[in-house]
Amino acid sequence: MAQETFQLFKLIEKISAREVYGKKLAEIGSVDDRIVVLTADLMRSNKTIDFMKAHPERFFNTGIAEQNMMGIAAGLALEGKIPFVSTMATFATMRACEQVRTDICYPKLKVRIVATHGGLTTGAGPTHYGQEDMAIMRSLPNMTVIAPGDPNQIGKVIEASINWEGPMYIRIGRGGEPVVYKEDYAYQIGKSITVKEGKDITLIATGAIVFHALAAAEKLAKDGIQARVIDMHTIKPIDREAIIKAAKETGAIVTGEDHNIIGGLGTAVAEVLAEERISCKFKRLGIPDVFGVYGEPDDLYHKYGYDSEGIYSSAKSLLS
Amino acid sequence: MADKSTIERLKDQACEMRKNMLKLCHVGATHIGGDLSAADILTVLFHYAMKYDPKNPKWEGRDRFILSKGHAAGALYTSLAMAGYFELDYLFNNYRKLDSPFGEHPSDKVPGVEIPTGSLGHGLSISTGIALAARLNKKNHRVFALLGDGESQEGMVWEAAMAARHYKLGNLVAFIDRNGLSLDGETEKLMRLEPLADKWKAFGWNVMVIDGHSIEQIVNAIDNLPPVDSDTPTVIIAKTVKGKGVSCMENDVNWHAGSIDAALLEKCCAELDEARKRERGE
Repeated sequence: MAQETFQLFKLIEKISAREVYGKKLAEIGSVDDRIVVLTADLMRSNKTIDFMKAHPERFFNTGIAEQNMMGIAAGLALEGKIPFVSTMATFATMRACEQVRTDICYPKLKVRIVATHGGLTTGAGPTHYGQEDMAIMRSLPNMTVIAPGDPNQIGKVIEASINWEGPMYIRIGRGGEPVVYKEDYAYQIGKSITVKEGKDITLIATGAIVFHALAAAEKLAKDGIQARVIDMHTIKPIDREAIIKAAKETGAIVTGEDHNIIGGLGTAVAEVLAEERISCKFKRLGIPDVFGVYGEPDDLYHKYGYDSEGIYSSAKSLLS
Repeated sequence: MADKSTIERLKDQACEMRKNMLKLCHVGATHIGGDLSAADILTVLFHYAMKYDPKNPKWEGRDRFILSKGHAAGALYTSLAMAGYFELDYLFNNYRKLDSPFGEHPSDKVPGVEIPTGSLGHGLSISTGIALAARLNKKNHRVFALLGDGESQEGMVWEAAMAARHYKLGNLVAFIDRNGLSLDGETEKLMRLEPLADKWKAFGWNVMVIDGHSIEQIVNAIDNLPPVDSDTPTVIIAKTVKGKGVSCMENDVNWHAGSIDAALLEKCCAELDEARKRERGE
């Protein structure tokens, strides 16, 4: 894959993963009638309304009842349907946590939970922040956890999900995320993408923070530091090889995620490093185990030190 | 209405099922009180109401059964064994053993079990999803769920009650094993459920209230279900007695769960046989 193209972005094009999701879902729903879609009074928000318009008979808006929605999804999946279930990350993973665990993960059902408003992207306060979701979902046996590296990638994830066994948790933001990939590329669940090569340090990021890691890498390049940037879109099962290779080849790793630093990407990377007995410089960036304050996402990322500037300065101090 | 010989056969089977539940309770701890209260309902479901093929547990045309009160696993296992899904000895020899399919709450490793249950309140939502799928697939099987009365305190039950009526799932039938007791005592003292029938009526369901230990009444309820393609799901509130049939266990929360020794097993089985003989007029 042409790595250079990712380093040359000047104009920041922002699109909404939710829009991409809604369109893709309606599209694949036309070719695969196993696909059913559920939401809990959020079809206008998460854009499952596109599917509702295209396939109303296979769309179920359960009202504001997330636990029931997950149970219904389990029942539909038992009968061979492929339910895509969408609500906000906080409600999908906490309000309905036990239903996801016991009714979906335990019997290993093919349910796709596409959670919107992951991390601090709503800016609407802790009631609507999904800042622990990946930690919770990662700890559920049988569950696959994915946070697409740019808003267009959700389309590829949805396509790949049709032939992936077992439940999946797919986490996107609120919308208006910057585009990272300017040309087509191969996508594989569980296989990270090195979006920029480098030998001095590796920035491993997930979700919307992949963009910030790339921007940080550009700044580091101006200081003569060649940073590798990895889009770790799949948090579980995590791409161990890429982590091991990055640690051995670059000797320093910074992780970045719009999530509590406990239990998400940073933790997953640390687990691999520790078990592989690899000692390297290491720093986790994310929400520093606090309930996020109100604010615009970019301002929040800056406040908590995981925007491009935060990643840049953490990388610099790690190498100094 | 079923003929007299069918009713007598079902009564024999219910007696046999209770004895099998007790044998299992001797192998290892079961929720015997709630197993016994559900015995007559399950007997009618598995030996009268439902169509299924024990040699082909995933047969598409089967009626689905979801044990929402998953702690009554002993009742489900003995029902499935007596229905021909596996041998009773296979159950007795493996119950609660390491890596066994048979644990205190049912897993889908057991042939005939659709989905693991045990966390209360979940089963009606799952049943709603299964019934929805049947509608999408234009199939005419029914979905039967068995709920405990105590679990009706869970909010999720009422979310599902709303949804099943909203989606017009006349192919869904919920039994409530209304034995009046949960672990900590009487449901009405713990958290009042009554007027339970009125609640279900208010949610738009077709409601029947029956004696859950009268085989005739359970059969009659099954015979009078609305057509599968009707818009209204049915709830059958079956008034039962926890521990039914074993006098030392009846209405005693101490028999919510536990195991019994060989002497008690013998005594309980003798009591059941004696009662059945009297009922037959022998």
